[in-house]
Amino acid sequence: MPEQKLTGAQIIIKALKDQGVDTIFGYPGGAVLPIYDALFQQNDLRHILVRHEQAAVHAAEGYARSTGKVGCVLVTSGPGATNAVTGLLDALCDSIPLVCVSGQVPTHLIGNDAFQEADTTGITRPCTKHNYLVKDVNNLARIMHEAFYVARSGRPGPVLIDVPKDVQFADGIYVPPTEVKHKTYRPQVKPEIARVEEAIELIASAKRPVFYTGGGVINAGPMAAKLLTQFVKTTGFPITSTLMGLGAFPASDAQWLGMLGMHGTYEANLAMYNCDVMINIGARFDDRVTGKLSEFAPGSKKIHVDIDPSSINKNVVVDIPIVGDCGAVLEAMLTMWKARQKRADQAALKDWWKQIEGWRARNCLNYNRTESVIKPQYALERLREALRGKDHYITTEVGQHQMWAAQFLPFDQPNRWMTSGGLGTMGYGLPAAIGAQIAHPEAIVVDVSGEASFLMNMQEIGTAVQYRAPVKVFILNNQYMGMVRQWQELLHGSRFSQSYSEALPDFVKLAEAWGCVGLRATTVAEVDEVIEKMLAVTDRPCIVDIAVDPKENCFPMIPGGKAHNEILLGPEDTPSSATPEDGMVLV
Amino acid sequence: MDESKIEKHTIAVLVDNEPGVLARVIGLFSGRGYNIESLTVAEVNNADHVSRITLVTSGTRMIIEQIKAQLSRLVPVHRVHDLTDEGPSVERELALVKVAGTGEKRIEALRLADIFKATVLDATLTSFVFELTGTTEQVDDFVGLMAQLGLVEASRTGVVAMSKGASGF
Repeated sequence: MPEQKLTGAQIIIKALKDQGVDTIFGYPGGAVLPIYDALFQQNDLRHILVRHEQAAVHAAEGYARSTGKVGCVLVTSGPGATNAVTGLLDALCDSIPLVCVSGQVPTHLIGNDAFQEADTTGITRPCTKHNYLVKDVNNLARIMHEAFYVARSGRPGPVLIDVPKDVQFADGIYVPPTEVKHKTYRPQVKPEIARVEEAIELIASAKRPVFYTGGGVINAGPMAAKLLTQFVKTTGFPITSTLMGLGAFPASDAQWLGMLGMHGTYEANLAMYNCDVMINIGARFDDRVTGKLSEFAPGSKKIHVDIDPSSINKNVVVDIPIVGDCGAVLEAMLTMWKARQKRADQAALKDWWKQIEGWRARNCLNYNRTESVIKPQYALERLREALRGKDHYITTEVGQHQMWAAQFLPFDQPNRWMTSGGLGTMGYGLPAAIGAQIAHPEAIVVDVSGEASFLMNMQEIGTAVQYRAPVKVFILNNQYMGMVRQWQELLHGSRFSQSYSEALPDFVKLAEAWGCVGLRATTVAEVDEVIEKMLAVTDRPCIVDIAVDPKENCFPMIPGGKAHNEILLGPEDTPSSATPEDGMVLV
Repeated sequence: MDESKIEKHTIAVLVDNEPGVLARVIGLFSGRGYNIESLTVAEVNNADHVSRITLVTSGTRMIIEQIKAQLSRLVPVHRVHDLTDEGPSVERELALVKVAGTGEKRIEALRLADIFKATVLDATLTSFVFELTGTTEQVDDFVGLMAQLGLVEASRTGVVAMSKGASGF
């Protein structure tokens, strides 16, 4: 085949197609006009026009997380790229595979403080897994393919490619993905069998074991989630997961303890505290999970499976580290467990479950049920009932509503739950919901939101309307930045400094201004009706304003700097002693 | 093992010599709060555009392990070797030291240079530029002595290092 000469812009489009991309989220501008021109002249690649570049990245994240594919973004130079930065870091923190193409001023103007120039590779270097500045059009195809390889291999993450405008115009040679092999990057996928062997022996000897799983299982693909479920069922052990790992193991199963960590369940946190063997699969001992490090699961032996060697022994020293893809490791574990006819210590396990059932009986997610005001937990319970049996995806913003959604909405499958875990980006949920809805046009996609988070990226309703993406924005409106208010109440003497939003819009009228459906519930009796109406809307977005109790706090809660066994169950619990100073500084 | 003990390690890193690679390494150290005591870099394989970075850092054992893991996961990094851990190695640094003075001080500077096996790269009636190759400690000692004899400037390369024996690194 003769070498193909294409313009840089055409090379980008062709590379995207050859990588199997069907959708790209973006926003045009001067430095990407040639790429937009090339986009215009083809029909295979669908472009979703967002209203702000940050949202393009979050939408691509929603697309990626709900499909398991690499999400794609296209932004212009300068402000286009800087607006994308929050989204890129969000994707880095949550290990979401993305490729972001940004325009750059022409090569000869780089460094001249040109119009809409930014040092994009400099700015995004700590916000991406890797980035490139393409100065020669003949490197462009290779770099595009490398970027996809880097984004999805090992621990996934965002990769940015900065392309000067003259390079987009220049003619260059296209090479297909099959001819590109990365020079250095070869993450370890298969585990060391000796380590798996040690792990199996330790697991078999456990008296009080617990599985602690995370986003790594989701990232390893649906097969990894199946293998996890199989292994957990085979052993009969209890399992908890991080915020990022929800859905890898079915929440409807009796072995599921609920989420762990700062707002995790009592039984999950106490099982972690009291366990003798902890089996961490694809989680990273994040500070939201460990609480006080010196009292984290004291007296336990720990196995840690992670594809990223730098996650191992970073926060917590473990006994058996296993570097590898969660799916590959689980497969090896399961095979060896069966081949060696291992069986858990049934008597010990029975006692352990008895202890766990005692903790579970505390019913830690209980709340003060009342007819006088809508409790946010109640609204989510009703949403849960309404969604039961229906094909649905949930995204969230960040704050109290996010934690309540994690506590009250059950996930039985992976890739159904999208939330900003690592970076904690308010404004994530709506664009992520749009991305998920674009990928799954027939499914129900609900953004569980707070009124403050919604305001951060509400312009994206315009995007949803334009592409007839019938996302549902389910606002638990308490008029406060609820989590800020909660911390101020518990740790700062109820001095509610700047956490109350005056001048909130009328969300129903706001919806109507865009031609969407707006609904409101102010009484308990209206909640079911509003949810029913919301689910009936299938041709346009729907914004639901649920006026919830402004004073409700999210429990259980482990205050910063406290150990798992110092968990607060409700407003009647007070911290065992004043939060220590070293805890106060933690966020 | 004392987990809070601060250790000093010399680490050799082979990287693709591509734009931004040094910024990635330095950004990793500043962004994660690690120490860099010395860092040198130069291309060692022109055909493949591979550079060797030698860096000297200090931290607890856990931090040192983190530094190596974090370096290893940078995309353009080929290999990371902890020369301190991997057995005996040799380390050298080169310094240019400018000393100005006359009379007895000037003679004493020249005598000491001779003892340290420093060579004279430039001489005027009132100054010398010495070139000295040695361990960090030797260079420290020499510069310390020159400080009392009219030291004007010292320019140092930082440490380069290599493992002893026939095998690589």
